[in-house]
Amino acid sequence: MTVAGASLLATPHPPAPARPRRPRTGYLLLLPGVLWLVLFFLVPTVALVASSLYDPTGSLFEGYQMTWHVQNYADAIAEYAPIFGRSLLYAAIATGACVLLGYPLAYAIAFKAGRWRNLMLIAVVAPFFTSFLVRTLSWKLLLGDNGFVADTLRTLHLLSPDGYLLATPLAVITGLTYNFLPFMVLPLYASLSKVDPQLIEAGSDLYASPITTFRRVTFPLSLPGLVAGTLLTFIPASGDFINSELLGNPRTRMIGNEIQDLFAAGALPVAASLSVTLMALIVLMVLVYVRRVGTEDLV
Amino acid sequence: MTSVRGVRRWVGNHLVLGAALLVLLYMITPVLVVILMSFNDPAGRLGYDFDGFTLDNWANPCGPYQLCSSLVTSVEIGVLATVLATALGTLMAFAMIRHRFTGRSAANVFVFLPMASPEIVLGSSLLALFVNAGFAGQLGFWTIFVAHVMFCLSFVVVTVKARLHGLDPALEQAAMDLYANPWQTFWRVSFPLVFPGILAAALLSFSLSFDDFIITNLNAGQTVTFPMFVWGAAQRGVPMQVNVVGTVMFLVALGLVLASGTFRRRQRG
Amino acid sequence: MTDSRSSAGSQDLVLDRVTKRFGSFVAVSDLSLTVPQGSFFALLGPSGCGKTTTLRMVAGLEQPTDGSIRLGADEISRLKPYRRPVNTVFQSYALFPHLSTFENIAFGLRRRGAKDVRKAVGEMLELVELQSHETKRPTQLSGGQQQRVALARALINRPQVLLLDEPLGALDLKLRRSMQIELKRIQTEVGITFVHVTHDQEEAMTMADTIGVMHNGVIEQMGQPGSLYESPRTTFVSNFLGQSNLVAGHIVDAAGPDLVVEVQGTKVTGLRSRAAVTAGDVWVGVRPEKVTLTRSDASPGEGWNVFRAGVVSDVSFCGVSTQYLVRMPWGQELIAFKQNTGAEAGLRAGDVVDLRWQREHTFFLDASEDAEAGVEHEDGA
Repeated sequence: MTVAGASLLATPHPPAPARPRRPRTGYLLLLPGVLWLVLFFLVPTVALVASSLYDPTGSLFEGYQMTWHVQNYADAIAEYAPIFGRSLLYAAIATGACVLLGYPLAYAIAFKAGRWRNLMLIAVVAPFFTSFLVRTLSWKLLLGDNGFVADTLRTLHLLSPDGYLLATPLAVITGLTYNFLPFMVLPLYASLSKVDPQLIEAGSDLYASPITTFRRVTFPLSLPGLVAGTLLTFIPASGDFINSELLGNPRTRMIGNEIQDLFAAGALPVAASLSVTLMALIVLMVLVYVRRVGTEDLV
Repeated sequence: MTSVRGVRRWVGNHLVLGAALLVLLYMITPVLVVILMSFNDPAGRLGYDFDGFTLDNWANPCGPYQLCSSLVTSVEIGVLATVLATALGTLMAFAMIRHRFTGRSAANVFVFLPMASPEIVLGSSLLALFVNAGFAGQLGFWTIFVAHVMFCLSFVVVTVKARLHGLDPALEQAAMDLYANPWQTFWRVSFPLVFPGILAAALLSFSLSFDDFIITNLNAGQTVTFPMFVWGAAQRGVPMQVNVVGTVMFLVALGLVLASGTFRRRQRG
Repeated sequence: MTDSRSSAGSQDLVLDRVTKRFGSFVAVSDLSLTVPQGSFFALLGPSGCGKTTTLRMVAGLEQPTDGSIRLGADEISRLKPYRRPVNTVFQSYALFPHLSTFENIAFGLRRRGAKDVRKAVGEMLELVELQSHETKRPTQLSGGQQQRVALARALINRPQVLLLDEPLGALDLKLRRSMQIELKRIQTEVGITFVHVTHDQEEAMTMADTIGVMHNGVIEQMGQPGSLYESPRTTFVSNFLGQSNLVAGHIVDAAGPDLVVEVQGTKVTGLRSRAAVTAGDVWVGVRPEKVTLTRSDASPGEGWNVFRAGVVSDVSFCGVSTQYLVRMPWGQELIAFKQNTGAEAGLRAGDVVDLRWQREHTFFLDASEDAEAGVEHEDGA
């Protein structure tokens, strides 16, 4: 039932205009960056896995034999299992502490800060501006035996008179928590700030107390940020060794310390197998975690 | 309403804010320590106590051996790596947002992977590559540079993508409607509007590069960057000038952030 | 500005059997129309009917799958947007947020290397009455002001055709009304061909010289607002423009000067020129404002059609008029509008009335069409 419009010349059906070939600019733009990552991320990963299978009797100077020496893994895991466990434990505790400390902070910035919001965000990020190592070193001062914190705790009888804070697992975990806190706060804040305040008002309107509203409305909506935050905290923390080295003692060594030292000593296959095992453990835990929490908002 | 209930209400309302401020205090304290210690006159070599006030550290920042040379190295690597990572990453971000092609989601995941790996794994795999490729003897400035570009790329892509996402495609169409060819459209419309994101990515990239220790240490050979210097000094006794550097970095970065904030506010008003 | 209408027809915009397919979805189907140079043309239709796609094809932001687009003698279908003498006012205005009002307006001129930009922009600012705002950024302007900047930015380039994509949608009612008058005034003053896409039928009827009503990718009817309104050719047009009462009937006599149709036991007559079909089943249509409700069944008189014994089922006061819903003996509810002249007391629900209208106001549509086509439902269906 169409009614053609006004004048049309009785020309024969005109040919379709030639469509220009769409240039593959997308691929071109992507190419240099992807190439770099393939060369210096993907290939090294392969090299790492390969190195982990070398015959351990080689050396950096003499070269290595590729013998598919899977035994390296068995040896490494047997010897370093407790340290793996310790690393993952410390990382988990630090992540938990980051959630406990970071969630209220993110929540406050998102909902309670008003015009101080930007200032608070800067305050969260500002410690980043000093060097990672320098910051960690100042914890050495803060937690020192004659320092303010130790003194206060002794006065409060939370610490025995000859107790100390430095060179303990507590110090290491404190350092880890401190250094990765912004990684927890920022994604959480990003998620929380997207929550429409009217949703919270709707919760109140529908007879929910503030705590219930939080539990059933706000918290579930902040999950993507929480997942991102925990991943961005746990993963680097489990591989860290700086905090352990500066703030801990030989009994608090983490897997990062071991890998670092093994590489420095030139024991390539062992160090590589430890690295790969760490990576595999992390991937496994992340998959389980993400599956359980049920969200796929990663990037 | 009795005053007790009123107090309880006030506390309840401000509980979260109070907790937040405490956490902020916790975060700022070590920075304050750094600033404080930059004025420290240490009694002994392993000085972790504040012994006396002095301006010597500030007057003589390059006193300790290798401090300033390592600083210069870090800045050089940082600038070079930032330039390349920002350029490559921006191109990638544009490709991933503005163009359609198969494998876009695979590219997304691929770019995300370096961000999700612990530094020790990233560093050790690069070392494995260099060793296997026969560069074990040439570890140094350029291997560090390569490593830094690699891990900064992902961050640049994510940052620029976020900014690009908010860029209304209608603006680019309007530019073309107004006689701008694709090149002019990019330079006069897309680029200025994405620029804050690119700048943020560059700053992020520089700070990641400057601050990196774990990956750098594994691939540095004999070259010494500033974090490596600090690490080495931590065994022997950290010179207070390190805190001077930390303080300066903090103030410069803080200044940049505040300046950009005022600039943006002035632009809008 | 030279009066471009003196050289009529030389730069008409012609769409020749234009089709646009997105995969298997046909957005625009075999569309042909001619927009005379210097006229104000409105492309009217509900969302999703293909009107915006058509506009974008004229702008060059989409490529037709088939067919061609010509401006005068020039085939422009293959040209990039920046090579066409066509400019667009976007629905979201798309003002460049990082440029001032002055620079936004000057953008197109600068790209083409124009010489006295300052003077041209100054004149444009005067035209749209924004002289004191030239240094402001778009975010500092109100919606109405942004709209005028978007218009100025496009007009300054003296395009042969100006395309407007629902530019008034974001404005509130009063502002929209005044902008409609403004746009019409500017178009008349400047003499450029305007192609205005909208879903607002009142807007189209107010502003346009010619309206094309579009539905599912095709133009159902095209013509002047008055003739479209009074003589719709399809049920869609009759329902989309204003409202219509459509009652089923059957043509009994098509031989004489008038059409005679049997409707529910009554005979209804109307002009043959208002009939889309002249045999078989039809929809008998009459606009609600043409219908008069009377209480008694006095003889209708010459030239009037009557439906008797309706019962008023609803009365809605709308300020200017009162809307009555009348339930007829055969179950259908018909609508009547009565202007509130204040002369007589209104009717009430339950009153028994006759509906009468003058026979010239009857129109006849093909009964095979859906009587609900074009009726806007509350859920937007």
